[in-house]
Amino acid sequence: MMKLNVIDKQILEQVADLHSVPQGAYNIRRDGEALDRHTTANINIVPKSDKPGIDIFVKPNTKGESVHIPVILSKTGMDDMVYNTFHIGEGSDVYIVAGCGIHNPGSQKSQHDGIHEFHVGKGARIKYVEKHYGQGRGTGDRILNPTTYIEVEEGGVAELEMVQIRGVDYTKRDTEVKLHKDAKLIVTERLLTDQKQKAHSIIDVELIGEDSSAQIISRSVAKDDSKQVFNLNLIGLNRCRGHIQCDSIIMDNAHVSSIPEITAKHSDAQLVHEAAIGKIASEQLLKLETLGFTEKEAEKIILKGFLK
Amino acid sequence: MLKIEDLTLEAEGNFKILDDINLNLDKKKLYVITGPNGSGKSSLAKTIMGMYTPTSGRIYFEGQDITDLSITQRANLNIGYAFQQPPRFKGITVEELLKLSLGKNGAEELDLCELLLDVGLCAQDYLKRQVDGSLSGGELKRIELATVLARQLKLAIFDEPEAGIDLWSFQRLAETFETIHYKYDTSIVIISHQERILNLADEVIVMREGQISELTTKENFLSKLENDADCRCRQSCEKGALYDEVECYR
Ligand SMILES: Nc1ncnc2c1ncn2[C@@H]1O[C@H](COP(=O)(O)OP(=O)(O)O)[C@@H](O)[C@H]1O
Ligand SMILES: [Mg+2]
Repeated sequence: MMKLNVIDKQILEQVADLHSVPQGAYNIRRDGEALDRHTTANINIVPKSDKPGIDIFVKPNTKGESVHIPVILSKTGMDDMVYNTFHIGEGSDVYIVAGCGIHNPGSQKSQHDGIHEFHVGKGARIKYVEKHYGQGRGTGDRILNPTTYIEVEEGGVAELEMVQIRGVDYTKRDTEVKLHKDAKLIVTERLLTDQKQKAHSIIDVELIGEDSSAQIISRSVAKDDSKQVFNLNLIGLNRCRGHIQCDSIIMDNAHVSSIPEITAKHSDAQLVHEAAIGKIASEQLLKLETLGFTEKEAEKIILKGFLK
Repeated sequence: MLKIEDLTLEAEGNFKILDDINLNLDKKKLYVITGPNGSGKSSLAKTIMGMYTPTSGRIYFEGQDITDLSITQRANLNIGYAFQQPPRFKGITVEELLKLSLGKNGAEELDLCELLLDVGLCAQDYLKRQVDGSLSGGELKRIELATVLARQLKLAIFDEPEAGIDLWSFQRLAETFETIHYKYDTSIVIISHQERILNLADEVIVMREGQISELTTKENFLSKLENDADCRCRQSCEKGALYDEVECYR
């Protein structure tokens, strides 16, 4: 049985909404080692033999089960790299939570690079939630560089929720998705940076199969001297539909670049991108002030709603 | 209750949006401000709310000089303003916005369903909707009215509330204005061109080119409208005034 200290608990709550040991299958990794693991009749977790990481096998037609694979870094100077591969059996429907939280108490950088691969079988559906979070008084950087490969077979659905709200100094998130016939992708990205933080998000989606579809909704807030870059790309190789919506609120001295790209290699590909960067609308602030909130309170309410 | 003294609001280039306004509003009365587009009605309301800072002049509310108070401070004195063009909020639901409107000292027991019904919306359909681009202009406008009706105000200003409101809801809304008027002793100012709203008025304030051109009773104002032989549109207007798009500010 695992022992969780206060910091572990704080982080698990932030990245996985966990207040205790999760239901269903899980693998909790702390400071480069597996802390605890649990499998179920339908979901097996096997450590990789050639490199750090695990293989997660979900049996076909497994429905309504969840897998939690949170990662905790609680020391300074950590450089943790992990390879996790998900094999999602045909016709199953599972909920996967894979957050990473860094508590860096010292002056050296702490870094986690998670390489996740998903094979979503025919007609299967995943909802994948990835929350990134940093804390700790140390001056060392907290760095998170996730790479995600997803391949969705015929009629499968991948729904991704990627959230980074606080305390990550540098992140480069690289997401590549391949969609086969009738496969569907829904991505919701939420990002907030402040101070001198930098974030770079790259999402490349190939719509390979007939009637595949992709929807990417990215919302971000850049405060202080932080910098954000978004490269969101859709490539339509068949009759397909894709939509990118990238919406950023910029404040203080922040920089935001939003570079959506759509490429069609088939005349029945329908691709749309929308990108907008702007301040908080002054009318929104005014409205909330007329309800009795101060400007600061109003700002908080608006940002909280926007990033929800 | 509200006293406005020599109030002037200038835009760049010395253009007078409001030109020496003097006005005394009594407690518990219902006022309608009318007048042509661009005559300064919204600007007057926004200056009372603190959204515009006047170039000169003073505003007193219940004897207190509020000219230098912020919007927030005025809101906390229970002054409210329903925007002519309300903003949208991405990610905030109708329910959340209404709860924010109820405020810290607001009427907790106020029934959100009743509140939405007062503006002609079904709570079942709307509470979970987001106050974003998915709402039509009329829906947004009704929700805006609800955010102001939710508060127990001493002074409530509604800027052209009729836009996007159908006849049935309109009747209900008129009743609601009267209810808050009596129940909470709210003094009400409605900016409107609508005859049926003018009919609610204790007094009518007519604005023209940044000035108050007339302060009169609704009887006077309406009869003048009817007897104005110069108005070539009178025939069609008497019927037309029932529809939202017709504006008469004679
Ligand atoms: N913020 C502003 N800056 C400059 N001019 C303004 C501003 N607000 C209103 N105005 C001008 O003041 C005049 C009165 O506008 P407004 O108060 O909106 O009139 P109404 O509500 O009666 O239609 C108009 O000529 C308008 O263009
Ligand atoms: Mg106006």
